[in-house]
Amino acid sequence: MIHIVDYGLGNIQAFVNMYKRLGFDVCRATNAAELNGATKLVLPGVGAFDHAMSLLEASGMRPALDDLVLNQHTPVLGICVGMQILANGSDEGKLHGLGWIPGSVRAFKSDVRCANLALPHMGWNDVQPMAGSKLFAGLETDARFYFLHSFFFECKNSQNSIATAAYGLDFSCAVSAKNVYGVQFHPEKSHHYGAQLLKNFAEL
Amino acid sequence: MLRPRIIPCLLVHLGGLVKTVGFKEPKYVGDPINAVKIFNEKEADELIVLDIDATANNVEPDYKMIANLAAESRMPLCYGGGVRTPEQAKRIVGLGVEKVAISSAAVLDSSLISRIAEEIGRQSVVIVIDVKKRMLSKEYDVWINNGKQNTKLNALEFAVQAAKLGAGEIVVNAIEHDGKMKGYDITLATRLREVVNIPITILGGAGSLDDMQALFAKCGVVGAAAGSLFVFKGVYKAVLINYPNSQQKDALIHV
Repeated sequence: MIHIVDYGLGNIQAFVNMYKRLGFDVCRATNAAELNGATKLVLPGVGAFDHAMSLLEASGMRPALDDLVLNQHTPVLGICVGMQILANGSDEGKLHGLGWIPGSVRAFKSDVRCANLALPHMGWNDVQPMAGSKLFAGLETDARFYFLHSFFFECKNSQNSIATAAYGLDFSCAVSAKNVYGVQFHPEKSHHYGAQLLKNFAEL
Repeated sequence: MLRPRIIPCLLVHLGGLVKTVGFKEPKYVGDPINAVKIFNEKEADELIVLDIDATANNVEPDYKMIANLAAESRMPLCYGGGVRTPEQAKRIVGLGVEKVAISSAAVLDSSLISRIAEEIGRQSVVIVIDVKKRMLSKEYDVWINNGKQNTKLNALEFAVQAAKLGAGEIVVNAIEHDGKMKGYDITLATRLREVVNIPITILGGAGSLDDMQALFAKCGVVGAAAGSLFVFKGVYKAVLINYPNSQQKDALIHV
């Protein structure tokens, strides 16, 4: 069963609808007990980094998530800010991230190459997956996704970057380390491209 | 490459979808949920849904309708109409809407923009500015209450202020071009692009994909929104929801 982690952020229903349409068993988890039986986890998120981290801590699900992800190696997919909080920290906030993938979250505006670009980075952008990434199976030649963000994930280890997109600079728009995955874009709002990626994750 | 966005803009009036001309003469064009389903199939870049009754009647947003639209939409959704408080905006985002559009309320009290941005994040705050060209002038005035009241505020100055206060996107809606299908006000679009450094979307006047191409050629990566173009077909304006396929969209930006 795919569990969508509902800690008060992100479009939970959009993931539930998408997975139902794709024919997968899916449910929403709002507390630690409801995480029981999860074989896949989706961690959505929108808004500010610290806000996301404090809501996740307040949800009481953090210890159960740590156990599922770190000890039981349950695959998890972070989305947008849900991806950013996989890092150790962010330019946007003061709180520690989950630290499941080594890295920091940076502001586009801190980079001179982005000085004249409109922010947030909003809209459909082309994505270049790394060869052999299972998450992007079937999307190797044509992958475009909907983005809405002003910060991006900077991996400490380049092998954790599994796709890039260009906006002023080439940034990691998808990351993975073992059973932990994250995408900066919104697959739940990216039509058949997003459906393919979510299906790939479900079938990992 | 970041692509320009091609966005159907749907107006809700008395529970149905309508299309106006010059903000008047609403013509019934269908059912909102059905339209969302069709735009899902056509893989529209984004959708804007504006409830034109909520502010006019001074009522709360219709949360039930918004929840239904959000649950159905497989593309990013922007809702506007009757939003006057951060709490309302938060509730709407909680229903699964990506962006909340604020218009009259933000014009009357611009501090609302910052307060809503704090609540839902600036990336989700869209300021819709209804504009009309000032008589015998190059400037544009901001109009409110569905184009009934001229605030005499300078539209471009207000856009700059809104961006500073925390808007994540500006939608500029040219009242006199609404429903005319004779092309965008490219001068307005170009001037807006020059003064703000947040995403912008132009609404009002699109009558063909060529009009969108002309907008992208002048302004680069912006949003091109349209009502009539995507709900009417042919010279007699038969109601038929339509949207360019991905080859047609690529052709608009590669030329």
